[in-house]
Amino acid sequence: MKLRRHIAERGIEGLLLLAALVSVFTTLAIVAILVWESVVFFRSVALLDFLTDTQWTPLFDDAHFGIVALLSGTLTTTTVALLVAIPLGTVLAIYLSEFAPFRVREVAKPFLEMLGGVPTIVYGYFALLFVTPLLQRIHPDLPGFNMLSAGLVMGVMIVPYVSSLSEDAMRAVPMNMREASYAMGATRLQTAVLVVTPAAFSGLASSYILGIARAVGETMVVAIAAGMQPSFTFNPAEPAATITAYIVQVALGDLPHGSIGYQTIFAAGLTLLLITLLFNIAGHVLRRRFREAY
Amino acid sequence: MSTLFLPAADLSPPGTGQRDMRRLIARHRIWDRLFGLLGVLALLFALLVFALLFGQMLVNGLPQLSWDFLTSFPSRRAASAGILSAWVGTVLVMLVTALVAVPLGVGAGIYLEEYAPKNLLTDIIEINVTNLAGVPSIIYGLLALGLFVYQFGLGHSIAAAGLTLALLILPVVIVATREAIRTIPQQIREGAYACGASKWQVVAHHVVPYSLPGIMTGVIIGLARAIGETAPIITIGALTFIAFLPPSPFGQPGQLLSFEWLAAPFTVMPIQMFNWISRPEAAFQANAAAAGLVLVAMTLSMNAIAIWIRYYFRQKIKW
Amino acid sequence: MVTTTVSTPSAKPSSELKAQVNSLSFYYGDFQALKGIDFPVEKNQVTALIGPSGCGKSTFLRCFNRMHDLYPNMRYEGEILLYPDGINIVSPEVDPIEVRMRIAMVFQKPNPFPKSIYENVAYGLRVRGERQRNVIDEKVEEALRSAALWDEAKDRLNELAFNLSGGQQQRLCIARALATDPEILLFDEPTSALDPIATARIEELVSELKEKVTILIVTHNMQQAARVSAYTAFMYVGQLIEFDDTKKIFTNPSSKLTEEYITGRFG
Repeated sequence: MKLRRHIAERGIEGLLLLAALVSVFTTLAIVAILVWESVVFFRSVALLDFLTDTQWTPLFDDAHFGIVALLSGTLTTTTVALLVAIPLGTVLAIYLSEFAPFRVREVAKPFLEMLGGVPTIVYGYFALLFVTPLLQRIHPDLPGFNMLSAGLVMGVMIVPYVSSLSEDAMRAVPMNMREASYAMGATRLQTAVLVVTPAAFSGLASSYILGIARAVGETMVVAIAAGMQPSFTFNPAEPAATITAYIVQVALGDLPHGSIGYQTIFAAGLTLLLITLLFNIAGHVLRRRFREAY
Repeated sequence: MSTLFLPAADLSPPGTGQRDMRRLIARHRIWDRLFGLLGVLALLFALLVFALLFGQMLVNGLPQLSWDFLTSFPSRRAASAGILSAWVGTVLVMLVTALVAVPLGVGAGIYLEEYAPKNLLTDIIEINVTNLAGVPSIIYGLLALGLFVYQFGLGHSIAAAGLTLALLILPVVIVATREAIRTIPQQIREGAYACGASKWQVVAHHVVPYSLPGIMTGVIIGLARAIGETAPIITIGALTFIAFLPPSPFGQPGQLLSFEWLAAPFTVMPIQMFNWISRPEAAFQANAAAAGLVLVAMTLSMNAIAIWIRYYFRQKIKW
Repeated sequence: MVTTTVSTPSAKPSSELKAQVNSLSFYYGDFQALKGIDFPVEKNQVTALIGPSGCGKSTFLRCFNRMHDLYPNMRYEGEILLYPDGINIVSPEVDPIEVRMRIAMVFQKPNPFPKSIYENVAYGLRVRGERQRNVIDEKVEEALRSAALWDEAKDRLNELAFNLSGGQQQRLCIARALATDPEILLFDEPTSALDPIATARIEELVSELKEKVTILIVTHNMQQAARVSAYTAFMYVGQLIEFDDTKKIFTNPSSKLTEEYITGRFG
């Protein structure tokens, strides 16, 4: 009786451990698949060409495999997005954490959460069919596909993410620090800018970095609104493909399993994973640091 | 007390005089107000974007939205096209996703909170979950393409899509479960142990039931995210033109349940919408807007339910 | 209703009023935390507030620099007149920021900012828009000297304040408060988080500082009140029970309640 119960308890613990290990297996599988297909890819394409060529035309007769042509698109759309998301997200975070009356906060937070819950495809639709025509009214020469519109909408899309992480960081600053500042005759803004923001600095930085990782990995908005033609350009008014958009473009076609075209998306995916992993790790290290501070 | 008189010069506080101080404070207050205004403007801007996004879809999509739209297959003729196969596909894929992600995610969360010893393996699992949450969804698509579609030979099926999205939302479910469990005070566990309960009994009788609202919130938010995911489904090569339904799970006469639908090709709401957005004709874009409305209604109502559960139980349960 | 005893303290030669509290009440929502308190605050003296925990002594202290205004649903009634100009600092028409610029506070737990030692002391000057480096330098040094921290800190002004010991941090908070030349300095149980040696240094400091600034100190430690203060107010459940010369309170209190408290029968 006692033994049976013991065995059952151990069995359950084993099952639960297995469930927890699924996430580790997932990571291993992601790395294995991306690396495996990339190794095959790099047998036919030199790493140096991959990194230095400025054209990405894997499916043409004159095939080029310069990842730079995709990175430029990713970099440009991400930069535009951050120019929107960081200022707006920070202002919202400071406002919600230090200024807003309780009622406003109670309504605004779920609302922002909802804004963050809208599917990305819907934002893509909005970028292509609303924001681009709007921008074309100001600037008639703007092409129908452009990185500007995609970047702007992507920026708005990650505002809730940046603002909620930043607000978390600011709320973690202990109240006694604010009291010390107010007791010196500081205003809300002075307290927010001179005391709370510096104290929450690593938390804010981590929210920006995690925001970058989101923007780099975002797919549908750029695939829909920025076009899917790889081109080495940093001009946001032009169409270009990001790494993610390229993967979508290939997946939409019918590439045979095992062809070089099929392998390119894994090489592109591996590049993407490495970039986002870098930002994610940096973001979480910073986050852990500010959590430990208090 | 508006008759504030200034003190005589020799009595005035050291440092700046009172008049200067008031001028200074007034200046600071202006900045304070300006920032408050900026915050309100930022909030209004977010509201405006939401209104435009929704308004644009309503204007374009609402005329298209009808009972026929929900019960028709997609078609080459925009006017008679509908989203029947798309929403049925979404429901079936979500079923697979939930059936896989909930036991795995909740199990992992319970393990990490209640069982995991402090060792290297636990650290690895924890770091891994955090990092997985940051992996772009399209990478999951590549994983699924290589693993589920070709290695496991699942093809472009409902099972492959459901498994992909399950892995995608696993971190969300795990984190939500852990956070929910963490709010349960230790005395509750001690009380149960004191009555002679085993570890699993403590978990099954106390920890899981009390953290259920939090877990449900996490699961719903995860599923709401999965419903809208487009990129990984495109990556596994889901067909975009599906004018038929998968075989019924209730099977042929004489069979209780059939699992043929798991292997069936499918389409889902966001894929259908993407398909229509890519068409240049305005009529198809109206269809896209209508599909978008249905999709947003699905995700937002799920989010709303999740938020409601959280608020409702936060008020109800006070440890 | 307990009868309040506020005897006008025996006149001292330099006796001058810094503030006068007149029937001050304070409410959190519907809860009345302070019930009609009256007493004088004498200039350049130390006045101690004692009483069992929850008696409202900290709440009372926080009225003096309007800290309660940071939180919703509260209300002041009555007045605290601040001299020489005689404004009522709890009046809604008076700007809390102006009050806080004149009346500084040192908290229960040392709460330095996550900045350098120098920047902590300079904070109040920066808030007041002071930009001249030499003025700030001078004030920082003066404040650190007054807080008896200069010798320990002068070589590490750019170090993070968190690196200081608890007692040093508290003296840093005192320096931070002194740098802007406040008229009144409020101490809210400033030594409750410190060891006996650090406590002794702070007490010594409080006695020295009264030459420059009027001091109100909340303490749960009666020996501390007896050591540092000239006047003592004993509070109980939101009321002022007795206010008098410290010596009189501790040797011959008028109220039975005061006597029971200081002889350790409750609290």
